[in-house]
Amino acid sequence: MTAIAGEQPHLADINRQSHNGEATPAIVSQPAQSSPERLNHIQLLEAESIHIIREVAAEFQNPVMLYSIGKDSSVMLRLAQKAFYPAPIPFPLLHVDTGFKFREMIEFRDQYTAELGVKLLVWRNEDAIANGANPVQLGTQRCCGFLKTQALLDGLRAYGFDAAFGGARRDEEKSRAKERIFSFRDSAGQWDPKNQRPELWNLFNGRIGQGESIRVFPLSNWTELDIWHYIHLEKIPIVPLYLAKERQMLVRGDSLIPLEQPFVKGLPGEEQWVKCRLRSLGCSPCTGAIRSDADTVPKIIAELVEMRNSERANRIIDHDQDGSMELKKREGYF
Amino acid sequence: MAQGDNTPTAVLEQDEADLRIEERLAAERAKDLLRFSTAGSVDDGKSTLIGRLLYDSRNVYDDHVRAVTHNAEIDFAQLTDGLRAEREQGITIDVAYRFFSTAKRKFIIADTPGHEQYTRNMATGASTADVAIVLVDARKGILDQTRRHACIASLLGIPTVIAAINKMDLVGFSKEIFDQHSRALVELAKHLEIPDLHVVPVSALAGDNVVRRSERTPWYGGKSLLELLETVPLAIERSNAGLRFPVQRVLRPHQDFRGFAGQVNAGIVRPGDEVVALPSGFRTRVRTIATWDGELDEARVPQSVVLTLEDETDLSRGDMIAAADAPPHKTRHFDATVVWMQNKPLRPGASYFLKHTSHTVRARVVGIRSRIDVEHLAQNSTNELGLNDIGEVTIETSRPLLADRYRENRTTGSFILIDQEDNTTAGAGMIRSIADAGEGTGEQQAIHGILDVGNRAALAAELERRLLAEGALVLRTRAAVSNALVTIARLGAVVLVESDDNQPVMFTAVHGADPAPHELAAEQLDEILDELERLGAIPNNGDENDNGLGI
Ligand SMILES: Nc1nc2c(ncn2[C@@H]2O[C@H](COP(=O)(O)OP(=O)(O)OP(=O)(O)O)[C@@H](O)[C@H]2O)c(=O)[nH]1
Ligand SMILES: [Mg+2]
Repeated sequence: MTAIAGEQPHLADINRQSHNGEATPAIVSQPAQSSPERLNHIQLLEAESIHIIREVAAEFQNPVMLYSIGKDSSVMLRLAQKAFYPAPIPFPLLHVDTGFKFREMIEFRDQYTAELGVKLLVWRNEDAIANGANPVQLGTQRCCGFLKTQALLDGLRAYGFDAAFGGARRDEEKSRAKERIFSFRDSAGQWDPKNQRPELWNLFNGRIGQGESIRVFPLSNWTELDIWHYIHLEKIPIVPLYLAKERQMLVRGDSLIPLEQPFVKGLPGEEQWVKCRLRSLGCSPCTGAIRSDADTVPKIIAELVEMRNSERANRIIDHDQDGSMELKKREGYF
Repeated sequence: MAQGDNTPTAVLEQDEADLRIEERLAAERAKDLLRFSTAGSVDDGKSTLIGRLLYDSRNVYDDHVRAVTHNAEIDFAQLTDGLRAEREQGITIDVAYRFFSTAKRKFIIADTPGHEQYTRNMATGASTADVAIVLVDARKGILDQTRRHACIASLLGIPTVIAAINKMDLVGFSKEIFDQHSRALVELAKHLEIPDLHVVPVSALAGDNVVRRSERTPWYGGKSLLELLETVPLAIERSNAGLRFPVQRVLRPHQDFRGFAGQVNAGIVRPGDEVVALPSGFRTRVRTIATWDGELDEARVPQSVVLTLEDETDLSRGDMIAAADAPPHKTRHFDATVVWMQNKPLRPGASYFLKHTSHTVRARVVGIRSRIDVEHLAQNSTNELGLNDIGEVTIETSRPLLADRYRENRTTGSFILIDQEDNTTAGAGMIRSIADAGEGTGEQQAIHGILDVGNRAALAAELERRLLAEGALVLRTRAAVSNALVTIARLGAVVLVESDDNQPVMFTAVHGADPAPHELAAEQLDEILDELERLGAIPNNGDENDNGLGI
């Protein structure tokens, strides 16, 4: 505080009268220390997310939750269970399958959703898959365009969903940092980042016209650390690929590429057993692993705290060109 | 974890490592969360300051830094200016949300645009902030846009403002210049009734007084910006205020459970508490606070829970459970400060959808009382509000709101106006003063009639419930429309007729000599209620108090 401001620290005292003559209530404050009465930030995030999920269920005719099988989806799914407990989740899950997801992901998906008794829909761009679309042949941009963006838009349209939850977080990527919690999409599924609806307080505007839709991001304000913290506290099941284990990988420079697909072939000596794990789950040819010994959730957290690179640094697709995530998002990608 | 005698030591060590993390996480959870937003005129250095703050506090990933480093120089603003258009134009267009933490606190930053055209995005970022950092370019001092932003921050009820006098490197770290701006800021804060102001000299570009105190401002004895952020007090929750629990959704998984899902907006709720269900006014007690994690002994702001009540109670989305001894106002008329966010100007008489808590109603702007002249911070009379204008308006809603004044409760005191044609968010409002609807709605002479809903059973049930809550006399039947029903309606009832027909909703007013059916071009509950009210079929409660507004 400066000398000047210091002389008048309580302007409220000087100026207690508001313009319509009523006394301004003093701002009650307390020392900057945690009080047991205050909710911790994990509880605050949980409360906010549940509020958002309930608003969507109440305001839309036909919402769906995009389920990508990853850690964020797992947290979002748990929050949906909590939002409606003791009633069941009142909307289905939709998984957009590119055909290139890890086998362990699909096994986990089918087992876990069956266990929970939630309704799971799977959508694939069968034409593109039948035509043999893959990132090596098409390049990652076009491959994502067909197998993810196009499939997603087709799937949403086929079922007539007017709201779709996504597990994206603002701390993941800088164009995501710009997105609203209720993100409006025109009838072509496109995002216009330069003309977003204002979004004040927790009042979400879910009104849309024919063919338009809203993408909803209940995890907007969670960080990667918050997600793991919550998974740990809530004991949320996750795909074992997140945990370190000896795995056979294609080792090229700093990159560790999973050998799941036949077209991912190493040169002699490039295929090695490495103790590693995945930090974010995507399509196997485009998601690099990291060397790691973290085989429990607490160890993942310990590792994360020391981490100097972002979680998407190992995703090949985000770095094709400057602002590639934004471009994909504008076209309708999550 | 139970360990057997023959447990290998390696496993034991691992568990100790996990335990250390456990402690660390507990410490992490104990940290407070502070939300702050930036404000100020275009190019004052807001994004640069946030980039610098993140970088110097070691809260950015290396790959993110590499992406914004050109010729060995970091462009700090680009750490938050994440849109292509922003990087091309060198300005911020929309809010960027960033997250970081220090040993003391966790922070959510909203870095907002300074450009006047994007004021609504600044308001978006500021609406959830506890602290606003207002930037001032040391070379330029306070500009109109600085005043506009400070004014919005004050209206939004942000208690603490940190004014950062930036680009001190360009004025030779001059104490005189800093003092001069500080005095002007103190004046401004006084005028805007900002209770807690701190002023700090910084260079966002060079990092002076951002994270660490600078040797280049030896005359400044105060804290660095980060130290201020780590120590400013957090406003305490309104836990001693009356309970406000807007119902978001009714949960009825089976016969034996009927719960009301919502978020505690004020007060504390405990099983056994006496509450009132609004708008019906029915009093009952809280039976349980049900959650996935088990039943709770209490729930506080802003927990999202499910309440069950002792008695079968008439409540649905948009209604509220409130403290029986301190209920909110039930009102259709109030004065509010509005920030206008649409190109189409706001004019008296215009109608919008109004969203307030979990309730969306139709609203008419009855009058515009004044507009704030940002240059002089004076209130001028006007007959319209243009884009980015701030003004005082009087609003009338089709259904009563359960509201408090904004200064008492940010949630039950705020609303947004939505354009009825293109559904965009047209404005944001803060309720300043309220004209109560009063208790007696039955005294009014309303004209009644017959409402034929065809085969819409769910709609009929909901209409019946809502009309009853409005104090209307309702008869719901499957009998065909007959003279008997007309007579009953003439006696002062709304007769709800159901049938197996899939026909439009029809309304027959019975006050004339020759009752003629009138097709309601409405399918939705609220629209039908609005239409009925317009036709005079149900009481327009609140009109009798249409005086003495804006005390
Ligand atoms: N010399 C100097 N230049 C600065 C300082 N802070 C910011 N700048 C420069 O001022 C210009 C504008 O900075 P930004 O951070 O983009 O400004 P802003 O307030 O975020 O602008 P908008 O978001 O568009 O309103 C850039 O060229 C910065 O490098 C400072 O402390 N000293
Ligand atoms: Mg900026």
